[in-house]
Amino acid sequence: MKRDILKVAGKSLKSRLIVGTGKYKNFSETAKAVKESGADMVTVAVRRVNILDKKKPLLTDYLNPKKIIYLPNTAGCFNSEEAVRTLRLAREMGGWKLVKLEVLGDKKTLYPNMLETIKSTKVLVKEGFKVMVYCTDDLILAKKLEDNGASAIMPLASPIGSGLGLQNKINISLIIKQSKVPVIIDAGIGTASDATIAMELGCDGVLINSAIANAKKPILMARAFKNAVISGRDSFLAGRMQKNYFASPSSPITGLI
Amino acid sequence: MAKIQLNGKKISIKSNFSLKDLLKKYNLFYKNVAIEHNGTIVPKINFKKKYLKNGDKVEVVHFIGGG
Repeated sequence: MKRDILKVAGKSLKSRLIVGTGKYKNFSETAKAVKESGADMVTVAVRRVNILDKKKPLLTDYLNPKKIIYLPNTAGCFNSEEAVRTLRLAREMGGWKLVKLEVLGDKKTLYPNMLETIKSTKVLVKEGFKVMVYCTDDLILAKKLEDNGASAIMPLASPIGSGLGLQNKINISLIIKQSKVPVIIDAGIGTASDATIAMELGCDGVLINSAIANAKKPILMARAFKNAVISGRDSFLAGRMQKNYFASPSSPITGLI
Repeated sequence: MAKIQLNGKKISIKSNFSLKDLLKKYNLFYKNVAIEHNGTIVPKINFKKKYLKNGDKVEVVHFIGGG
């Protein structure tokens, strides 16, 4: 079978599952879950070093950025200035130009502020960043992001960390149909079957954090997602049968005794 | 002696202290960090020659787990 590679911003990913590294019990569990998920790319956050605890372990000691693609995010940023500042620091840290932009608009729902998101996308693209953008499932705004140079459109399935799954399949399908850059579902996926549904719709990938990290057995759930994404993608490529209102026997009628 | 603000906390450092010295003091020199000095990002190659003065604000960031 032909290898099915996800190309995003010049990078080739073997896995269509991208995983977040937050909310785990410890870095050891993070590393195990990432390994089991088979993901080539992980999202990471940029934060102040805890200077009071010199011995605190670092994420980079557990997940080698030379072996797995780090996708720095702007989680917690509520305006363009904060988001751009964060990503400039991320770029300085390791030369990362591929970044995940998320500019939030509301503390309770963590819904994206699309005005600030578009503004930031413009600035970052101009500075040479490759920007994967967390966004609402509004197709006009998704198009606007693409027109402004976004490397991937990443609409939410439902609010971040909610686990509510895909709430607006129609909009996601419309975004997929119109987009020339990869469409990756970011946020809201609750369980493995949600990821399969997203992939069957034709999404290019899914980004999962809470659904794995908050599972009772995160490492097992990481494997479940790996398989779910492969299944959904294969199912999409294979093309589902047509739906019929009436039954159609699977066993032939001819030769019936 | 000089008083600076490091990641929002006031600390005292010796005079003629560079960013490199500061990182060494906190066991961070060989780690993957980025530094903002008075609001401007300092490239890694300049850590050695960037000296700190009284009232400076320094932010040292790194990657942590996130979604």
